[in-house]
Amino acid sequence: MNYFVKLIIQVVLSYVGTVGFGLIINIPKRALNLAGWSGALGWLTYWVLFEAGSGRMFANLVAGISVGIGGIIFSHIKRMPVILFNIPGLVPLVPGATAYQAVSSLVLGNFNQAIALTVKVSMVAGSIATGFMIAQIIGEWYYKTQLKL
Amino acid sequence: MSEDKNVDANEVVDTCLLAGRLMIEGGSEMYRVEDTVRRIAYNSGQRNSASFTTLTGVMMSIKGQPVTQFGAVNHRGIDMEKVDRVNTLSRRYGNKELTLNELKDELEKLDKNLPTYPMWMQLLGAFLVSATMMIVFTQKYDWFDIPLAGVTGTIGYLVAFYVTRTTSIRFISDFLGSFILGALAMLGVHFGLGHNLNSILIGAVMPLVPGVAITNALRDMLAGHLLSGLERALEAGMSACAISVGIAVLFRYF
Repeated sequence: MNYFVKLIIQVVLSYVGTVGFGLIINIPKRALNLAGWSGALGWLTYWVLFEAGSGRMFANLVAGISVGIGGIIFSHIKRMPVILFNIPGLVPLVPGATAYQAVSSLVLGNFNQAIALTVKVSMVAGSIATGFMIAQIIGEWYYKTQLKL
Repeated sequence: MSEDKNVDANEVVDTCLLAGRLMIEGGSEMYRVEDTVRRIAYNSGQRNSASFTTLTGVMMSIKGQPVTQFGAVNHRGIDMEKVDRVNTLSRRYGNKELTLNELKDELEKLDKNLPTYPMWMQLLGAFLVSATMMIVFTQKYDWFDIPLAGVTGTIGYLVAFYVTRTTSIRFISDFLGSFILGALAMLGVHFGLGHNLNSILIGAVMPLVPGVAITNALRDMLAGHLLSGLERALEAGMSACAISVGIAVLFRYF
């Protein structure tokens, strides 16, 4: 399959999936579309970097930063709390499926795989959270310099 | 301002605790909860308030006044509408569009009936999440498996939703939801409706797995809210265990 066809498929799927998750966690109707884009943005960043061979942690970190900054911008457009765009934006990135695989290999007796997957879950979640923190720092710094001007 | 000082401090703490509890129930970050609580107190003329928030309870006191109250948080989830509404109400209170009594009334109304999406839309959401995330996570373009993953994911979500209503123990609903979803996925693959059982299961558990909760736990910890971060991590871990055990039991014996 062509790289660009794959890219478009990934963006469409992550947008649709994020909007679907938004329906489950009761996102207000007027935030639903931008929340979907926030998910697509994060996943696009991750996918492009990962395909380019950057490695999982770095790709997750940068995706976390882009979801965080996107959330700050969207929340200013809609005048709604940042968390409304951050949480759905995370959905394609978060290691929920990996957490499930980790515990199920533990139950089935594959202890080495279980430990490896558990470490992977905490490292992925940690790099996304660090990415958010960096986005928050960038946002604060931006507003401080804006106010001085 | 002078009339603000006459507002009963007990009433202020009551309203703040209600707002804080609603935000924690909606899955807000702890710094936002503390910020909102402090803002409501400040706008009521109480300049010196202190609050202590955890995932299971909120405590608040006002300096120099004999008022300290505690509010318990009994059920937690992710509900963004709640966070948004409380945030809007607190902002309107800050702009003096509401009095303290009106704010409290509105918050109580919000506590009793919160607007949610109709059931069929939530089920549609669960279908979309399961169907799309299967491909996003596994990175295999298995279009044939999409319908089975979507349908089993929807049924798992439905079961978990109704079990949550009948019991107060959250992990039972996760366990039963994933157990039934796993059994249906296995039957589906057995009858030739899907190819790859592992990727179907990964997609189908997506509406249930606590991925967002794990990441939120780490965010709280990084922000310095160690206690609520640990509580969130523990809750997410236990719910991941419940889901995986529900499916692994099937794998072990069938």
